[in-house]
Amino acid sequence: MEQKRFWYIRGVRDGLPIGMGYLAVSFTLGIAAKNAGVSATQAGVMSFFNLTSAGEFAALSIIQASGGYLELAVSQLIINLRYCLMSCALSQKLSKETAFFHRFFMAFGVTDEIFGIAVSVPKSLHPFYQYGAMSIAVPGWTIGTILGVISGNLLPLSVVKAMNIALYGMFLAVIIPPAKRNKTLAGIILVSMIVSSLVSILPWIKEISSGLKIILLTVAIAAISAILFPIEEKENE
Amino acid sequence: MNNIYISILIMAVVTYLIRVLPLTLIRKEIKNTFIRSFLYYVPYVTLAVMTVPAIFYATGNIFTGIAGFAVAMVLAFLGAGLLPVAVGSCVVVLVLEILL
Repeated sequence: MEQKRFWYIRGVRDGLPIGMGYLAVSFTLGIAAKNAGVSATQAGVMSFFNLTSAGEFAALSIIQASGGYLELAVSQLIINLRYCLMSCALSQKLSKETAFFHRFFMAFGVTDEIFGIAVSVPKSLHPFYQYGAMSIAVPGWTIGTILGVISGNLLPLSVVKAMNIALYGMFLAVIIPPAKRNKTLAGIILVSMIVSSLVSILPWIKEISSGLKIILLTVAIAAISAILFPIEEKENE
Repeated sequence: MNNIYISILIMAVVTYLIRVLPLTLIRKEIKNTFIRSFLYYVPYVTLAVMTVPAIFYATGNIFTGIAGFAVAMVLAFLGAGLLPVAVGSCVVVLVLEILL
C-alpha cells in the first residue's frame, strides 16, 4: 500500500509536465480534427482511446480523404509499431512480483513520453508509477484535443504555428539529458538525426511514408548500434 | 462516408494490440545482449528520427523551425524538463513569427 502511494505520487509528479505538454500539442490535433470535419465529442473519444500523436494526425488526414478502414488500420500499425519496441523494453523493467493483470492496464499508457520517464526509473518499474503519469497525461491529451476543436479558430495563426513545435521540443527533452552522460548514446542520436534528414531529401527513398521510414530507420540504426556498442549489464540499471 | 466511431474503434484496437502484446507475451527477462542493447537504443533512435527533420518544417517556416530546434536542444542540454523545453521553443518561434 505504501509502495503504491509512493510510486503513484512520483508518477503524477513526473507526468505533470507531460500532461501540460500534451494539452498544448493535442490542442493543435484538435484544430486538425475540426478541419477534417470531426466533432469535439468524436475527437475527444479518439484521443482518449488512442493516446498517440503521430497516429491520430495520420488518421485524421485519412478520415478527411474518406480513406478505407483497411488503410486506416495499416497506417496505425506502421506509425505506432514503435510502441511495440517500447513495450518490449518495458516488459524487461517489471519485477517478477508484479501481478500479471497490471500489464493490460500499463499497455494503454505506452506513449513516447510516458515510456521515456518510465524506462528511466531506477531498477524495476512499479505499475503505479505508470498509472500516476497516465492519470495526468490522458486527461491532458483528451481535454486539449476537445479544446482545440472548440476554440482553435479563436487563436491567431502565429500562435497555432508556434505550438506545432511543442511536441518535438518534448521529444528532445526526453532524449538529450541521458545523452549528456553517455557519449555513445549522443553519437547514435546525432547519426540518427543526420540519416533521417538525408533520407527525407534523397530521391526515391523520400517517397516512403513517414511512419514506415521511422520504423525502418529505428530498426536499422538500433540494430547496428547494438552490434557495435553492446550494453554491459551494469549500464542498463 | 465511413462511420467515424468505427474508424476510431479500428484505430484504438490496432494501437492497443501493438502496445499490449509485447508486454503480456514477454514475461521472462531477456538475457541476450544484442536484444537488450537493441531495446535500450530503440527509444532514443525513434524519437531522434521522428524529431529531425520534421521539427524544421513544423512551423511552416524553416527559419523559425531551426530556431525552435536550436532553443529546444540548448534547453534540453541544460537539463530543463519536458514542459520548459516545449514552452521555450514555442515562445521563441512565436516571437520570431511576429518579428519576421
